[in-house]
Amino acid sequence: MSLATRKTQTMSRGDGGRRTPVIVTLVVGLMLTIMPLPDAAAPFRPDWLALLLIFWAMQLPRAWSVGSAWIVGLILDVSHGTLLGQHALALCVIVFITVRFHLLMRVFPLSQLTATVLALLALYQFLLFWINGVAGVSSPLVAYWGPVTTGTLLWPFLFMFLSGVRYRARSRG
Amino acid sequence: MAASRGNNSNPARIPALGLRTFALILLSIGVMYLDNRENHLDAVRKTIGAAVYPVRLVVDAPVRFWQWLGEATTSRNDLQLELGRLNAERLLTNARLQRLTALEAENARLRALLDARARVRDEVRVAEIMAVDANPYEHNLVINVGSRDGVYDGQAIVDANGVVGQVIRTGLMTAQAVLISDTDHALPVEVNRNGLRTIAVGTGEIDRLELPFLPNNADIRAGDLLVTSGLGGAFPAGYPVAFVNSVTRIPQEPFADVSATPAAALDQVREVMLIWSAPPVSDVPGDAEDPDDE
Repeated sequence: MSLATRKTQTMSRGDGGRRTPVIVTLVVGLMLTIMPLPDAAAPFRPDWLALLLIFWAMQLPRAWSVGSAWIVGLILDVSHGTLLGQHALALCVIVFITVRFHLLMRVFPLSQLTATVLALLALYQFLLFWINGVAGVSSPLVAYWGPVTTGTLLWPFLFMFLSGVRYRARSRG
Repeated sequence: MAASRGNNSNPARIPALGLRTFALILLSIGVMYLDNRENHLDAVRKTIGAAVYPVRLVVDAPVRFWQWLGEATTSRNDLQLELGRLNAERLLTNARLQRLTALEAENARLRALLDARARVRDEVRVAEIMAVDANPYEHNLVINVGSRDGVYDGQAIVDANGVVGQVIRTGLMTAQAVLISDTDHALPVEVNRNGLRTIAVGTGEIDRLELPFLPNNADIRAGDLLVTSGLGGAFPAGYPVAFVNSVTRIPQEPFADVSATPAAALDQVREVMLIWSAPPVSDVPGDAEDPDDE
């Protein structure tokens, strides 16, 4: 699965020309993030944008790196109304790790990659939790571990779907 | 930060990655610091907020369409039933309103006698709740009016039955409000029956408030209506907040365990009213005004 997407990646120069699929997925991700859910399900909303950024940073680390993660984080902060810079910082850190180890992550089998994503999501939520603690925002703990659980469960499917998107976009371009 | 050094011969290495990350982390911390202490970054928030607005509209659209469809396809029979119900309700309300007019006049006379300032009527405007979820860490909602319509931070929001919450972040075309059930929200209330003043604190559960500061011998019982006391300045006085549903007095504890159910259906409201209130009429000099609410 991951093999299909990784060849020729490091050589590609035309990353900039293929921004549309990435931007489209990010906008859809933002919609899913602010879409209303029943109160019981809301704490389990996966971190769509974190998952998407992990994927794209892994596949196109030159075009989608910490800078774009930071901007996406700011947008997320504004649409959530959280402390400005909170999600920006957390996304920036996990995307840094992803980009740093993107070659390694690309050769991981899907199970191992999912475990890595679990760790990244946990770190992401831990950073948010930490910043909330410093800023004095209190919230039930399920708001932190809920997204990690669902995000991890969702990752294999999202990964296959996005790989398909990427493959299609590339074969067309 | 050694990440960016290492062997640059590897084509897969991203230049200056560590350095960029480090700079962005510092920038985030700076932004968070500025945002937390003061509202220095209101302009930034509003600009990005305006960019997010179309996304919110798109997310809101299907829900709105569904509602519209529901309304458009209501049968004639249902409409007539609804009309009958509304008419009956209007009659009742009008009857009550007649008494209110007389009472208001009487109140004004008495206030004049007492030399107190007259109460000013609150100005009200209806706003719709957008079907978007916002902050996962608090109970909140997004409404479709913003600073363009004169909404301000700290403004009180009520629905037909009672207090819903207050505006905390005002964008240009939307505003975000925190519900009274949020754990960080506390609301000065009084018991309607006897004027006992206390504070209603959100519990994080949508249908429960807590009154943690009532001593064991306080005169409060299940079924009591709590109304806003107007202290604190954010909410005008006299709006219903919640009904007390249980009072547990534990002899060893200093405070009674009192919980209440919000009068407004916090998770079902679709339309809310924003209140522009005149400065609170208060005889207490320098009453407990929460600086955060201003």
